[in-house]
Amino acid sequence: MNITLNGHTCWAKPGETILDVSRREGVNIPTLCHMSDFSPTGSCRLCTVEVENAGSLVPACAYPVHEGMEVRTNSPRVRRARKTIIELLIANHPQDCLFCVRSGNCELQKLTQEYGVRTHRYEGERRRARIDIASPAIERDPEKCILCGRCVRVCHEVQHVGAIDFVHRGFKSAVAPALERSLNTVPCVDCGQCVVNCPVGALTEKSNQKPVWEAINDPERFVVVQVAPAVRVALGEEFGAEPGTVVTGKTVAALRRLGFDRVFDTNFSADLTIIEEANELLGRLKNEGVTPMLTSCSPGWVKFIEHYYPDLLGNLSSCKSPHEMQGALLKSYYAQKIGVDPSRMYVVSVMPCTAKKYEAQRPELGGAYADVDAVITTRELARMIRVAGIDFFKLPNEGFDDPLGESTGAGAIFGAAGGVMEAALRTAHFYLTGSDMKSLTFAPIRGLDGVKQADVRIGDFTLKVAAVSGLKNIKSLLDDMRDGTSPFHFIEVMACPGGCVNGGGQPLPTTPEKVRLRTESIYQIDRESPRRCSHRNESVQKLYAEFLGEPNGHTAHELLHTHYVARDEF
Amino acid sequence: MTKQQHMPEIYGKYPKKDASCLIDLLQDVQEQFGYLPDSEMQQVAKHVDIPVSRVYGVATFYNQFRFQPLGKYVIKVCRGTACHVQGSLGILTTLENELGIKAGQTTKDLMFTIETVACIGACSIAPVIAINDEFHGGLTTKSLQKLLRGYQKRSAKDEVTA
Repeated sequence: MNITLNGHTCWAKPGETILDVSRREGVNIPTLCHMSDFSPTGSCRLCTVEVENAGSLVPACAYPVHEGMEVRTNSPRVRRARKTIIELLIANHPQDCLFCVRSGNCELQKLTQEYGVRTHRYEGERRRARIDIASPAIERDPEKCILCGRCVRVCHEVQHVGAIDFVHRGFKSAVAPALERSLNTVPCVDCGQCVVNCPVGALTEKSNQKPVWEAINDPERFVVVQVAPAVRVALGEEFGAEPGTVVTGKTVAALRRLGFDRVFDTNFSADLTIIEEANELLGRLKNEGVTPMLTSCSPGWVKFIEHYYPDLLGNLSSCKSPHEMQGALLKSYYAQKIGVDPSRMYVVSVMPCTAKKYEAQRPELGGAYADVDAVITTRELARMIRVAGIDFFKLPNEGFDDPLGESTGAGAIFGAAGGVMEAALRTAHFYLTGSDMKSLTFAPIRGLDGVKQADVRIGDFTLKVAAVSGLKNIKSLLDDMRDGTSPFHFIEVMACPGGCVNGGGQPLPTTPEKVRLRTESIYQIDRESPRRCSHRNESVQKLYAEFLGEPNGHTAHELLHTHYVARDEF
Repeated sequence: MTKQQHMPEIYGKYPKKDASCLIDLLQDVQEQFGYLPDSEMQQVAKHVDIPVSRVYGVATFYNQFRFQPLGKYVIKVCRGTACHVQGSLGILTTLENELGIKAGQTTKDLMFTIETVACIGACSIAPVIAINDEFHGGLTTKSLQKLLRGYQKRSAKDEVTA
């Protein structure tokens, strides 16, 4: 069918909304509550447009097109209405942009500028609420909330967690955790998908920049930093680079200039995780242990199964997540090697993740000292680089320190959904057959689909595997496991849709296109790596020879494996 | 009979995993307990298989649901037009100050709850309040304080005998 958009005729499919068509045609209509791939709620009204003979203004996100429809997205009436909506929104908003963590990439601030709001037109009572700082991962400032509902929808519909929802009504309406408790006392999994979907500063990560700076500036401390695989394909965005730009070398250089004593790579311990996990899997299959085995790298997912499926904790791999393994080794193997007292060592993890902040303070992850002392997100690292006056793209490319800096392509792909599975298969194949597989690429478990499955033939054994991302997608597989009907041997689970590249700590705003580009870059790093299998990592081989002994052996179990806690559903 | 023993009767009436009966279920719970205790909202969430946050979200949307137990004496303060003209705002403020709670709240000792109503239907004796089902009209700050003392003494006596 044809419709007229601002006087131009354009083609439209029945069932599409005005917003769908105008975005395709390059006509920008502002939105705050709209989320692609979700049914519209039409709650913010910013996408308001004029339709000939429709009477009142209509919301473009929810209004279906019809033949011959005449739409005006830029008439004086539309512009006036939108400006009023923005003015009303900011009338009930703290307007403390100077201090707000989202200043500069806040969607409301951007619209305020675009629509030329220069005065404080409406003054009245403002909603008052306390900041919720009790969670170790996520902070909530309800006064900044504009009630768009994106966090609520992602929490319920994508993650099936439902830790937060709308409460009360009218002027008292708010988004709050269940029973209006603090976020740390409800079964939130800290995935941070609410944070990456928040258009304003109402939801942010709990910042650890201050303790990290203090550690760096303390001459008594030996401060070691490690960088997760998904950070290097996203950090560049914070400094204006195209999404997906690989900035590994500059990230290392920046970390050295910030004052870290050593810069290591979490990809190293990702390789190590694969050795441990592949051995654990083969052990389970050989000894008829509990299967399917579930991966344990994603701390949001681990907390999810602890809350909602504690009866299946036996299926969860006992491997610590890579950065925790790295922390444990830094404070034992490495500290010993360089003669530093582990009590002086301070381990910082730069992660694309908010759940890692919660994970790092789990009492079971560490012996005399916590494995990891502080976790900062990709965004926090960017802020530290800025305040240090480092011109990121003028930095030279530098390499990680040895020996926990060597990694293979298999470690790199941990950052994308399906990557852990693919890396594990490469190594499991080697263990079972004694040779590397001909093609190292597993197309069926790549890509951004929520559930990917494959039958992998290794020798005369067919391994049934699945890779799942987005917690909603794991539920049916877990229910099958409860019923004893699961056909799988091995399942990778990532809490965030698309995996760590779309983590709760990544640069904002995150869009599906950016996630796709970051994923591509992860696989590019793998393709260009001289070694692409974890068991080929020479530093890892040396680590076993010098220190750990056997994979899944006694020392490995003590340092690299953990146990889980059954938690209340509420 | 403890409150716990009543529960199967409430939940047994409603099919499991059916969120369409959420409000009926919440009403039954409130009738049983006088309010919606946190623990019961968690039970309701399990029964209909939705997150607790959603149960709480629905419950807080409606004025009919309470989240604190009612006091032994429920004081309804009329805030209708006639009472307003006769100074019911002062009556409400005095009550709030005397009892140390706001309208909608219950004293810590669970003796008094203050509620406001739009019109109690006794405009001729404005300003008027109702304590449980007893009406008290033509109130002044002084007479209200005296009235309240009486109830406070009664409640103290109740406690001794109980």
